[in-house]
Formats: sequence, structure tokens, C-alpha cells
Amino acid sequence: MSAKLTEEQKVVHFLSRTSFGVKREDVQKVNRLGIPVYLEEQLHPERISDSLAEEKLAGLKTMRLSSRELIELYPPPRQQAGQQEMMGQQQMQGPRTVILELQQARLLRSVYSRRQLYEIMVDFWTNHFNVFSAKGADRWLTTAYDRDTIRPHALGRFRDLLLATAQSPAMLFYLDNWLSADPNAPAARMGGPNNRRRGLNENYARELMELHTLGVDGGYTQRDVQEVARCLTGWTIRQPRGEGSFYFEPRIHDTGEKIVLGNRIPPGGGMEDGLRIIELLAQHPSTARFVSLKLARRFIVDDPPTSLVNKAAEAFTKSAGDIPTVLRALIDSPEFYSPDTYQAKVKKPLEFVASALRSTGAEVQLSHQLLRYLGRMGEPLFLAQPPTGHPDVAASWTSPDMLLTRMNFATDLIANRIPGSRIKLEALGDKDALARLIAPDSLSTATRSALAETEGSQAIALLMAAPEFQRR
Amino acid sequence: MNPSRRRFLKSTGLGFLALGLPPAFLVRTAEAQQASRGKVMVVVFQRGAMDGLNAVIPFKDRAYYTLRPSIAIPEPASGEDRVIDLDGFYGLHPALAPLKSIYDQGHLAVVHAAGSPDNTRSHFDAQDYMEIGTPGIKSTPDGWLNRYLAEKKNTELPFRAVASTAQLPRMLAGSAPALTLSSIDEFRLRNEAMAATLQKLYSNTSDALFHFGGQNLFAAMAQLRQVESKIPPATERYPTGRFGASLAQIARLIKADVGLEIAFTEIQGWDTHVNQGGAKGQMANRLKDLAEGLATFYRDLGDRAQDVVLITLSEFGRTVRENGNRGTDHGHANVMFALGGPVRGGKVYGRWPGLAPEVLYEGRDLNLTTDFRTVCSEVISRHLGQKDLSKIFPGFRTTAAPPGLIV
Repeated sequence: MSAKLTEEQKVVHFLSRTSFGVKREDVQKVNRLGIPVYLEEQLHPERISDSLAEEKLAGLKTMRLSSRELIELYPPPRQQAGQQEMMGQQQMQGPRTVILELQQARLLRSVYSRRQLYEIMVDFWTNHFNVFSAKGADRWLTTAYDRDTIRPHALGRFRDLLLATAQSPAMLFYLDNWLSADPNAPAARMGGPNNRRRGLNENYARELMELHTLGVDGGYTQRDVQEVARCLTGWTIRQPRGEGSFYFEPRIHDTGEKIVLGNRIPPGGGMEDGLRIIELLAQHPSTARFVSLKLARRFIVDDPPTSLVNKAAEAFTKSAGDIPTVLRALIDSPEFYSPDTYQAKVKKPLEFVASALRSTGAEVQLSHQLLRYLGRMGEPLFLAQPPTGHPDVAASWTSPDMLLTRMNFATDLIANRIPGSRIKLEALGDKDALARLIAPDSLSTATRSALAETEGSQAIALLMAAPEFQRR
Repeated sequence: MNPSRRRFLKSTGLGFLALGLPPAFLVRTAEAQQASRGKVMVVVFQRGAMDGLNAVIPFKDRAYYTLRPSIAIPEPASGEDRVIDLDGFYGLHPALAPLKSIYDQGHLAVVHAAGSPDNTRSHFDAQDYMEIGTPGIKSTPDGWLNRYLAEKKNTELPFRAVASTAQLPRMLAGSAPALTLSSIDEFRLRNEAMAATLQKLYSNTSDALFHFGGQNLFAAMAQLRQVESKIPPATERYPTGRFGASLAQIARLIKADVGLEIAFTEIQGWDTHVNQGGAKGQMANRLKDLAEGLATFYRDLGDRAQDVVLITLSEFGRTVRENGNRGTDHGHANVMFALGGPVRGGKVYGRWPGLAPEVLYEGRDLNLTTDFRTVCSEVISRHLGQKDLSKIFPGFRTTAAPPGLIV
């Protein structure tokens, strides 16, 4: 595209970036309210009633349970041998059920929530602060992580979100900080495996700086990693497979002096050491730049221009890390509506699947099949093992194998061959109307001529499998 | 899990597409008929940083036992759960027992204290460096395996380079076509009636990224249909799980003679910060999966093993001292394995740098004495016959003599 975007293209583009897929009624609403008013509404999810999504989630019992209740009701399979007859089918699956419901809830909300931008941000932070839900106690801790750590802050302040993740049992467990102790502390023996002396573990401290805040080139050293780890000793979990709550254990905390990124942390700070680290990192210019880069990558292009990242970073710093302020800076920028940005992003599998379901108005029920498709496309929800989470660049999602799975999904979906999803073809409207929700007046010649040769449901499947629909 | 990591974050999208697409692509199916028994290189990436010191144990270096009071593997002796002696100094972790007979037959070699010279302890940067083949230089756009393919363009078969993974690894990204194939049996369009239309759409689209991917996909599907009958089912029982399945598939492709030259797969779960275990436990389970997979693969290849060299890579090693949680943190040098008919095995290669405090890398890690590119270079030049490596590993000048691990 070289010409300026038309008004219709602008609206479709705006919605494709701020939602999990463009629906006709959303286009109508934006046309009525104008983009600025619509965006403000989306940035205040608490003002949007979301009864349909809540209704869809009503059957997912685990979503409302505490970590303690989850481990009691869904214990690991081994522990239930001999009591299987007393258990219902669900409980027999143990923690698998917990993760499955979490995945289903994420997919259903992506499709049905009216708080679309909020859901986009929940997904973004879920990957930024990734936790692998299949690791040990995280099988029961990730539900609370999603509900009580990520969601309350997804459109809040970065500093609050960072602190919430740092104190979340799920993250403390995933990146091992709950076990990290001053090897010289008199109580380092306490609670260590087989009563062995515990010591420092630098896993979380490293990822905290590399992935959560400063970025790998953000200006820290191996020495800083160790010093941050020392500050965070004692940040641990009370009963990871029980109560599962954060607490500070002073008896394993390193009470000595630390120097972090040139800042002296005086001895005897206790729990304050970690809090100072969170503040230091949240306010660091490298953090503003790194988080802004990742947001610009999500909302603009894979390799956003430095000038734009700087602008967003300035908004981040000036607003003390207010996430909506940074989003406004990005979405209001000329780069956002530039022809180079239009259709420039490749959808992640969750974005592709959710947008296909949204654009076709599919009726979605709890479904394992849809989740399995997401896994085969490379994005099993809550199951990214490395702390980077699922990536957000085209090259990660466009291998021939993944492309084939997307084509097969499109044809299966339209043929109503995916249990748990139902499309009413007669209510779908014609192919041209659907094309206007994807790339109005801007389908490639190849897609247009393929579409001209195809009719009925095959035309809809073709649109979903076309390159334009892989993009947003 | 899917290895969705930051592999491509630093690269500039698929800029190489601007170089133009190989018009020869669609004629490849015809050429495929001429494919015959060629040389194959297989790369196995152990993501997460394997603890090489507990995989191949320097049991005669006393510091090993001093620095690892709870996770060290006991010295060789009769009985189970002890180091399997290789040469009186090094020995295999007991979970690697399936590899011992291949070592004894002279078709498994070990290179110790090997890896990437860059000092990063970030998984993601270190994996990137190892995949693009230029440690310390992030801007390299393509992977070294792909540069090999581009450099030695003798044939252009769709199955010339196959990653047995869902996602294309950065090592194979670049201008030469490479295929990802997570399952031979499911590699087909479920709605055949739409195949022609979709193929035409993708081959005509002006969207370069999808044009490239689509052409690659349809050419490969067509080729696969043609050779399908030649692809034997797996005859050996591989360990369950993704790694075993991927090796089974690579063996099938090798035996089908579809022109496979470069294959890639990966095995996860090596980031053992906590409770990594000793002779038993977390890491032992990963080693068992690795060893059973590799040993089954070697057995499965039968006489085709004489055309195959497999090497293993992992982004860095782990701290020499165990940490406070009976685990190990991110370190430096590691261990590489080389497996195959042409491998001069039965030997542990590489100079041992020692574990004394004054010789440790940055005071904590195993020092590096063999650059991984030295090993890869030797496989490429001696096994695959590509002598000029200047474009494959740009800027790499090794002063060390080639280890001589390829016949």
C-alpha cells in the first residue's frame, strides 16, 4: 500500500489492532462514536459490561477457586489412586482440568469479551511475564496468576504489575526465587530439600532484568544479576502446594550491603531491598524503552522505528509507567495509520483463531478441539516453556507447516467440522461483505481472482485461508 | 512445548525475501526423481543449556566432586548409578548408557569444553548466536545451516533441508528454502477440493512472505505425495515424546532417499536451576530421552548410518559449582556429541581446561577450548564436502587444528 488509508480502512485497521478480530457491529459502533471515543471506552474496561463473556465462562468452576482449593479438588493423579471411584470424571484428570479451563477461558474471552483491548493487553502481559503452567506447583498457581496478578493491572501502572508478578507465587515458583536464600544465613538450612543448606538462585533475578524490565542490552552485568538475587532472597511462597501465598522470610534473607546498577542498597533493609529493586527497575530508562519497544511491536510493526519507540518511552516515563498513556501515544501516532503499518503484522495463532471465530460469528462452546488447533499452530496457551513467552513476530508463525495448519483450520471451521464451534452459514452474509471486514478495497489481485472463482462456504473458507486474513 | 522464543526478534523481518524467489522451485519435483543416497547432517539443539559436566563427567578431576557435593555422579565402580567410564578420565552419566555401545563401536565422539565463545548468559541471546553462527554479532540475518544451503546449491529439492519442528529454527532461516515438517502423515490439506485454488492464490499473491511460504508448502506437499509410497514406516520403537517422534521422522526421510541433506530437531528441558538430581532425577530423565532417541536413531538407520553425521548443540553449559538449590545456574563451555558412520568415535576430543578456581571462566564456569564452529566446520567440509566456509561462518578463523573427528 502506498496511498493514504481510506476512512473505512482506518476503522478496520484500528479494530484489527485493538481487538481479537473485526466484527461488523464493532465497525458500526466506531463509525457512530469515532475512534477517539471508542478507544477511551476500551481503555476503561471497568465501564464496559461484559455479561456475554461472563455467561460463557460460568461453567468453568476452577476460574473462581483459590490455589488452595484447586490443589485440594484437583490433586495430582498419583495421590488419587484408590479413591478413583469416589471422584467424578473431572477430578480424575487432576491438574489437567485446571489448565484446560484456564485455556478455554482465555479463548472464550478473546472471542466474546467486549473489553477487547483489555484482553489484548492481558494476552500481551501473559507473554511478557510468562509462566509455564505445567511446571510443578504452577499447575495450580497459574489460575490465580491470571486472575489476581495480571488482570487487575493489565491496563494499570507498569510498576504495580511488575511488583504483583514479583510477589506472585506462580512467578516465584516458575523462576525459582522461592528457593533462593543467603547461603550464610543461619536459617538457610530451614526448609531446604533434604535439610541441605540452601543458597542463592539467580534465575529470576536474570529474567527480571533481561525480559521483564531493562532488556538484554539494558545495561546490567552478571554482577548485577547476583546482587539483585541477593536483594530478593526471602521473597518466597508459603506452602506452594497448599495456601500458595507470597511472604517474606527474613531468616533466609541476605542482610549485607548490595550494589545494584551502581546504586548502594544499605545493609539491613530486609524486605525493603526487593521493593527498592522493583522501584529502581520500574523507573529505569531502559525499562521505559524496552517495554515501549515490545508494545510498539505488538501494535505497530515487528521492527518499529526508533523515533516511535522513543516517543512511547517518553510517554511511559512522563506518566510514571501508566500503560493506557503509552497505548494512546502509540495508537494516536502517525505511524499507526501509515500505509506501511496497514496489514503489516502477522496474527499469532490465538489472534488468527479468535478472529476467524469473531468474523464468522461462530457460536463457540467449551472445546478441546479449538485448543488443540492452537497447539498445533504453535501457541498452546499458558504452555510456553521458556520465560520469553510466545513470540510476536511474523517469522515465528509462518513456517510452511504452520501455514498448512491454518489452511486446514479455515476449511474445517467453515465446514463445521470442529466440535465446539458452529457457524450459521446463512447468517454469514456474502463473501464481499466479509472481505470488507478484512481488507476493504485492498485485497490482492490474487485473492480477488481466487475469490471470484469460488462460491458459498468455500469462498468464506478461502478468505480465512488467504494471506490477508493471516495479517492484521 | 513449542520453542517459541525470541529467535527472530532481532532479525529484520524476512528481509532476504527481497533477494527474489527461486523460480526453479516448481521444477524441483522432477529433479527429485534423481535424488539418491546423499550425505546427511543432522543437528540436535538441546534448548535450555544442558549441564555438560553431569552428562560427560570428568571424574578424575577431583574439583568436580568438591564443587558438586549433592549432584555429582559417583566414580565408576561396579553397581548402578555410577559414571560409565570412557577413557579413565571422562565417563558418561548412567542415563546415557544406551550410547555406550555406539561409543565402543567407534561411531560416537564427545567434544568436551566446547561451545560458543561469547560470554552471554542469556538463553535467548546464546541460542541466537549459536544459530546464526556469529557469536557476539546480533545483526546477522540468517542461520549458518541456511548459508550452507545457499552456498552449495547443487540441487534444490524441497526435502533438502527439513526441520522436524513446527517452527523454523533460526539456524535454517535465510534465502534457501527450508521446510518445517512436524508430521509426515498429517502434511496434507484436509479439504483437497480447495487445493488448486489455494495453491494458485499463494503462488500469485503479491504478499512476499506468504508467497514464499506457500510455494514452499505446495511444492513440498506435491513432492511428498510422489514419494510417499517410498517412505517406510518407522521400524524401531523410539522413546515417546516429541524428540523421539522427530528423530523417527528424520530417519524415515533419510531412508526414503528424497534428497534430505540437512535435518534439524530439538529437545527441551535442560534449564535445571533447582533439584537437577544426580544419577536419577530431573536431568537424568532428559538424558535418558536424549540417549534412547539417539541410540534408536542410529540403530534405525542401519547401513544408511554411513552417510549420516549428527551433532548436538546447547547454548551454554552450567556453573561448575552447584547452586543453593541442588541445581546449577547459567555457565559457559559445554559438551557436544557427534554420532554417525563417518564419525571417528570412541574418543573424547578437546583439551580439558580443568576445574581449579584460577582456570575457571569468569571465576565460575568451565572454560572453552573448542569453538562449536570448529566442529560444525569439520562436518560441513569433510562430510558434506563444502570446503569454503568463509560465508558460512564469516569472520571465524580458528587457529586450532581441526579435531579430526570425521573420517
